[in-house]
Amino acid sequence: MSVQATTPGALPPGALPADVVESPSAGAGTRRRRDAANGKRPPHPTSRQMRRNAWIFLAVPLALFLVFMLLPMVIAAVISFTDYAIVGDTEWVGLENYTRIFQDSFFWISLRNTAWYTLLYVPLGLVIALGSAILLNRSHRAVRLFRTLFYIPVVSSTVATATIWYWLLNPQKGLLNVALGWIGIDGPAWLYDSQWAMPAIVLMSVWAGFGANMIIFLGGLQGVPGDLYEAARLDGANAWQQFRYVTLPSLSRTTFLVSTLLIIGAFQVFDQAYVLTKGGPGNSTVTMVYYIYNKGFGALEMGYASALSFVLFVIILIFSLANARLSNPRSDAADRRRARRHDRKAVSAR
Amino acid sequence: MTAIDSEKVRTTTTTTTTTTGAGASAAASARRTPTPTPVSEIRARRPQSARSRIGTIVWYVAVTVLSVITIAPLVWTLSTSLKPATEILAGALNLIPSNPTLDNYLSVFEDVPFGRYFVNSLILGGGGAITNVFFGSLGGYALAKLQFRGRAGVFALFLSSLMIPGIVTMIPTFLILRGFPLFGGNDLFGQGGLGLLNTYAAVIVPGAAGAFAVFFMKQFFETLPDELGEAARIDGASEFRIFAQVYFPLAKAGMAVLAILSFQAGWNNFLWPLIVLNNPDMMTVQVGLSSFVTNYETSFGPLMAGTVVASLPVLVIFIVAQRYIIEGVAHAGGK
Repeated sequence: MSVQATTPGALPPGALPADVVESPSAGAGTRRRRDAANGKRPPHPTSRQMRRNAWIFLAVPLALFLVFMLLPMVIAAVISFTDYAIVGDTEWVGLENYTRIFQDSFFWISLRNTAWYTLLYVPLGLVIALGSAILLNRSHRAVRLFRTLFYIPVVSSTVATATIWYWLLNPQKGLLNVALGWIGIDGPAWLYDSQWAMPAIVLMSVWAGFGANMIIFLGGLQGVPGDLYEAARLDGANAWQQFRYVTLPSLSRTTFLVSTLLIIGAFQVFDQAYVLTKGGPGNSTVTMVYYIYNKGFGALEMGYASALSFVLFVIILIFSLANARLSNPRSDAADRRRARRHDRKAVSAR
Repeated sequence: MTAIDSEKVRTTTTTTTTTTGAGASAAASARRTPTPTPVSEIRARRPQSARSRIGTIVWYVAVTVLSVITIAPLVWTLSTSLKPATEILAGALNLIPSNPTLDNYLSVFEDVPFGRYFVNSLILGGGGAITNVFFGSLGGYALAKLQFRGRAGVFALFLSSLMIPGIVTMIPTFLILRGFPLFGGNDLFGQGGLGLLNTYAAVIVPGAAGAFAVFFMKQFFETLPDELGEAARIDGASEFRIFAQVYFPLAKAGMAVLAILSFQAGWNNFLWPLIVLNNPDMMTVQVGLSSFVTNYETSFGPLMAGTVVASLPVLVIFIVAQRYIIEGVAHAGGK
């Protein structure tokens, strides 16, 4: 979630609109159809004025979008083909930055670390968010209190959270190892141990973020029609079967949204690694964004850092698309397949 | 586990809204006093079967364990921040400090210009909130209530920009701010000076009309009836007047949520201020706090006090408005 919030208006954790994953213009499309049904563009006395006003209202947001979103994308693409370094001459180097990436052992280390983080964080974050949402999806007076308690860590900044965990993870006096000591476990040195530093960061991130995803899952759970459970119970389904055959399929859209958010966030992890470990010990927590930050603003190799950021962008895109394929078949393709099979059976029965 | 009970699914919404109370303590007291929660009241009076009673106990254990895990680190931070240095080392696990002191807080503000950082963060968070609410409302209103050619395209543009990871635009945005013409000693072509770097604008302007703000307000305006505006339009009111006098009063709730979310994002922002604000006087609470972690390697007291101070504003706002924030996030995220 770190880099997503680089600007004040950026996305708060867990707030990627569901529309992003659908066709973006769905809402506007229906309106246009309504217009068409009325006859082409309803003759409105003030429609020309309205059009002009709309552009005036949108002027600043659009100008900012052009200057701080579109233009940067273009600049990033251009300088990724140069050796731009703020100081000194800039030369066009073609694909050199991109070929260099594949021979850069640090890139592979950062990619491996990021993959390791993602592999631990995404499933864990998903299961805990869904589990806590199911726990809170009942009518009980205390539900509101618990919902608030689970959400409180989300409000804190990653830096504050990381600072707290820096203390919690202290090998000798930290709460975590002391608590482990009570049950006879000799806790590791966490942030000082290259094997445990990344799991420690994952643990912290899950703690800090599951509340936001829990809220999204709660919204999804409340949209599951109750008759489905009634029908399942009449068929004799137990709690697990109800979860497996009613809850999970009904939540496929929500699960897709949450897992996409988790993946995008995981690939951009920065704050935690910066505050807690500065990439150490032994480079075990150098993440991709951390490496890009170091290359761009530490070594001032902005051309190379831009190329790195585009590679990260492509990786995020691939994983988001793969996730879309993995999460959605249940709702669309599988439904269609099932329907076709059903039709065939019906035909052969006849 | 019967958490996925159909009847419960349907009643959750009603019961959660009836329980009032801002924050943990109020909600806890609401539990003791009989609040109007008819469904669960009736359920509670009904004799329970042994199985569902076990289910309830298991549920309580599970949520309590989870709550302790989420809250313990925060409570412990608060308690550590109130302990004198000797007690932090000796009685690290005592929840209640035996000699509570505010020394750690004093040293945070005396040894480091934390007050200055605090003001900087307030300006950045507040500036982000004001600009986002203002421009987000205008843009969202246009997309929701005005018809014009290219509306679908503009909306798609904003939405797709939500998918672009911040890291890709980070370096170019830095360069654009540095080369901003006629600012910070720059000439017309953006040469010679620092541009907008090291100014509040460097943090506020790039996100002043975030795509999220526009999207959020568009969603909100769409829930308001079109007829109000149409009636006013027939009466000859100008579009700005319709926006300001008809829809603005109705949209206050949405704007409040957006303001809180924007403030929170601005206050918690770390990487971007770290990049564009190099002057120590411009440092934010978060950047200041992160430098503590190395500066105060062993003195956890001031570090924890700084953490409490850095979390306080958003925590207070959250506790006051938690219901609206959670519902706002649910609305924007799950839709």
